[in-house]
Amino acid sequence: MSRKPAQSLTLFLLLAPAVLWLGVLIVLPHVEILVLSFSERVAPRVYAFGFGNYLEFFTEPLYWRTFARTAIMSILVTAITLVLAFPIALYIARVAQGRMKAMLLLLCLLPFWVSELVRTLGWMMLLRETGVISYMLQAIGVTDQRTEFLYNDGAVILGLVYGGLLFMIVPLANALESLDPSVVEAGFDLGGSRWTVLRRIVIPHAMPGIVAGSIIVFMLTVGNFATPVLLGGKNGLWFTEQIYAQFITRFNWPQGAAFGMLLLLLSSAIVWAGLRLTGQSLGTTLKQA
Amino acid sequence: MAHSSDLDLVNVVKRFGTHAAVNDVNFSVAPGEFFSILGPSGCGKTTLMRMIAGFEHPTSGDIRIRGQSMIGVPANKRPVNMVFQSLALFPMMSVGENVAYGLTCRGVSRAEAEERASRMLERVGLKGFGERRVTALSGGQRQRVAIARCLVLEPTLVLLDEPLGALDLKLREHMKIELKQLQATFNTTFAYITHDQSEALVMSDRIAVMNQGRFEQVGSPRELYHNPATPFVASFVGETNKWQGEAASASAGGIAVRLPSGTVIQGQGKVAEKASLAFVRPEAVALAQDSSALSSLPNKFEGRVSAVLFDGANSSLLIDTAGFETPVRAVLPQAGPLAGIQVGAPIHVGWTADAMKVFAA
Amino acid sequence: MLTKRTGLKLATAFAALMITGTAHAAEKLRLLTWADYAPKEVVDQFTKETGIEVEITLSNNEEMISKLRATQGAGFDLVQPSQDRIAGPQTEFGIYKPLDLSKLKSDLFIASMLEATKKNTTIDGKVYGVPHIWGTDGLIVNTKLAPKVADYNDLCDPALAGKTSFRSKRPALIAFAFANGMDPFASYGDAKAYAAMMDKVGAKLAECKKTVKFFWDGKDQLLNALRSGEVVAAMAWDTGGWKLNTESADIKFIAPKSGALGWVDTFAIPAKGRNDDAAYKWINFNMRPEIAAKVAAAAGNFTASNGADKLMQGKLKDQFAESFPKAAIDNIKWYPAVPAGIEEIEGKVLDRLKAGS
Repeated sequence: MSRKPAQSLTLFLLLAPAVLWLGVLIVLPHVEILVLSFSERVAPRVYAFGFGNYLEFFTEPLYWRTFARTAIMSILVTAITLVLAFPIALYIARVAQGRMKAMLLLLCLLPFWVSELVRTLGWMMLLRETGVISYMLQAIGVTDQRTEFLYNDGAVILGLVYGGLLFMIVPLANALESLDPSVVEAGFDLGGSRWTVLRRIVIPHAMPGIVAGSIIVFMLTVGNFATPVLLGGKNGLWFTEQIYAQFITRFNWPQGAAFGMLLLLLSSAIVWAGLRLTGQSLGTTLKQA
Repeated sequence: MAHSSDLDLVNVVKRFGTHAAVNDVNFSVAPGEFFSILGPSGCGKTTLMRMIAGFEHPTSGDIRIRGQSMIGVPANKRPVNMVFQSLALFPMMSVGENVAYGLTCRGVSRAEAEERASRMLERVGLKGFGERRVTALSGGQRQRVAIARCLVLEPTLVLLDEPLGALDLKLREHMKIELKQLQATFNTTFAYITHDQSEALVMSDRIAVMNQGRFEQVGSPRELYHNPATPFVASFVGETNKWQGEAASASAGGIAVRLPSGTVIQGQGKVAEKASLAFVRPEAVALAQDSSALSSLPNKFEGRVSAVLFDGANSSLLIDTAGFETPVRAVLPQAGPLAGIQVGAPIHVGWTADAMKVFAA
Repeated sequence: MLTKRTGLKLATAFAALMITGTAHAAEKLRLLTWADYAPKEVVDQFTKETGIEVEITLSNNEEMISKLRATQGAGFDLVQPSQDRIAGPQTEFGIYKPLDLSKLKSDLFIASMLEATKKNTTIDGKVYGVPHIWGTDGLIVNTKLAPKVADYNDLCDPALAGKTSFRSKRPALIAFAFANGMDPFASYGDAKAYAAMMDKVGAKLAECKKTVKFFWDGKDQLLNALRSGEVVAAMAWDTGGWKLNTESADIKFIAPKSGALGWVDTFAIPAKGRNDDAAYKWINFNMRPEIAAKVAAAAGNFTASNGADKLMQGKLKDQFAESFPKAAIDNIKWYPAVPAGIEEIEGKVLDRLKAGS
């Protein structure tokens, strides 16, 4: 099929800003990072092509263990977020009406009006040894000593789940909203218990939303930096901290670039595996998101 | 022990705030009966059905199935299954899984459920459709799946909530007959709600006409058609001519109504007030080319054909008649001397006093 | 495909665009420095005297170097890295330009400190840095709750479990090396020996981690924890210790037995700085005793300005005297220039420290 040249020129002009935007701000930096990741330092200001930075990841247990830990915790965070978000999304999509619905969504959105840093500092206020929760536990007599809730993996998971909740609720609520109420009623009418209806009707229907939300939350979590750094303990290293360390404190850009590419590739691989496991395709999922 | 009725509603009331959606409704449905509730949208029939299914709870009154009160019994524990207006097939399941769903909910083993589901599909004429996606079915096939999904559970009562509403006319006509046949084959009690009087008349053993939360009349299609108990039933069920007037004089069993033009017509009915309504079915209006043929009728008038509404066997004429504000509608037989009548032709109309029902307005 | 070079050119062009887009008509000095090193009062006076506006960006050593590296030394006209962080990054990335010492009034500097700094920042006979502010790393101790803490190793005392802190950064490695009888500076030139030494220090720190509450990152985070008593002893900068001492007499800055670590922050000019004249003016202005005294008071540290100490307020002097008896001053370990490659070795040890559980 041939198009008139004028038409294709118009199309080109219309697309040009978007292509330029994508090219300059997304593709170009990634190409740079990719090129950078294959350079190895030979001497001061002398670099050579090589795979050493990637080899380093697989041969140094420190690095791949940090990644594995980050990935496993991110999966855990995603799962917890899903479990917490599902009833909320169900309520927003199926029970709440009109103003109530808008207000609930606003309530979910509210924490995102302040920066992630401020939200995380808020958690620090609550969780620290001299913080609100520790104080309240003492006040009501549950503990007689100050308790430290900060600087451990639990605090990190808490902070990350909090940060991911909205990104799970929105696609879930979207998916659940499109479920015909009479389909749910039919599920009950034909003898299904609440659990059966949830398992065989509501969840399968919401599956694209579940997958979309999970991908978003997983990717945000794996790539998070501030929350694990601030809430995490002396024993936890998030993979992004490793990248930051390579770039900023170690001045080892090629290594940092390689880690960055590995983070992109490995987390994409995990998402791909997740999609395969749940039998979803990226296309339907993106529609939902 | 078999109970004499499958469904009994006793003084059922449902209020939403101060509005009574269902107001003191009583009726019983016998085993194997095809029972319809007919009414305009918003009359409360859907609320009524949802109470029977267990999705709404009556404000007062009792709902009994085979003598067992259903108050407090959740929807999934009632021996009642519903065919939804939207059919509500499970899009995430195959046709076979849709039909087997209810069985597996009851704890029937997977293999047996599949087996029974495929036999049921065969009975409704969908043999070999088990593996298909429900989205790949035609409207009529989806209809049959929705019914099969209920019937496979052998419920005491199947509720049908205007299931034909979404179908096109031709298919709807076909499904009316098919539904009636299915009901007869399975001998299951059907409670059917609709706003389409033709669906109700064709399929039902008995019909309840519902208006503003109340039952106006319960009876066989024939009773409702020929002996409506209220003006609402008279006008809602079937085609009819309707005139407003004043009750002029009453004699034994008969009543005269004076139309605003001064014309007096004779009918049947008991009217306490002056304002009254008179109804005459189009098929009860006799037509003749000369007045002598109608000489024995108490109501006879001369008019002129204003429109010919050709619709095969349902063809009718609109006749501008002196003394009547609106044209008189009469069935036009497609055989005989009048078959070819044209607009503008003079004509005589008439009807018996028995054919005209008079009610208080 | 784009080569790295053209890509960088594009990025630079982009950056240049942004900069010219926001440029003012007035002359401007873009200063990349530490918090409190350029108090408003001083900046206002400078602008009044010279007509040059000062645009301040706050940072730390690593970020300063990374920022300059990203632009190959552009974006700022004057930076203030520590003296030990000039020679290595300069060799590796070429981010600074040599100083024209003739434009500086050398008699404004404490002579010995100027000489030491010049020596540490000289590459191929060219000097890249002059001293500005100096201070030490040592121990901030709540003497009431942890009276026995006198050296870095005491941070690992099980009796203080969950109540001590240090940064998981290179000063901790250096400090614990000294505290455990090693001399890391002596091994700077021998990567192999240094790596072996750092492994030992790493093992020691891994052991010590049990008593650490957290590895502190921001100064305020640590000071808050010390104030509330959540942390009772920590390795940190003297200035923080004296600040807390002013608030509560129990908290003191202590020069550790194995020696405080001495650092000197410098003035250096980025390779692509565009206003060297303004930079030299700022340096000379800042080294004037009365100005230097103001900056030192704001930063809570000491200055390399000759004669400023006479103008400083009494409190800080007293605190210094209490923290540093004569012997302790002599025992300060001044950082020599960090050779390239050392950070690589240290980084891995620190990563393991944080990752291993």
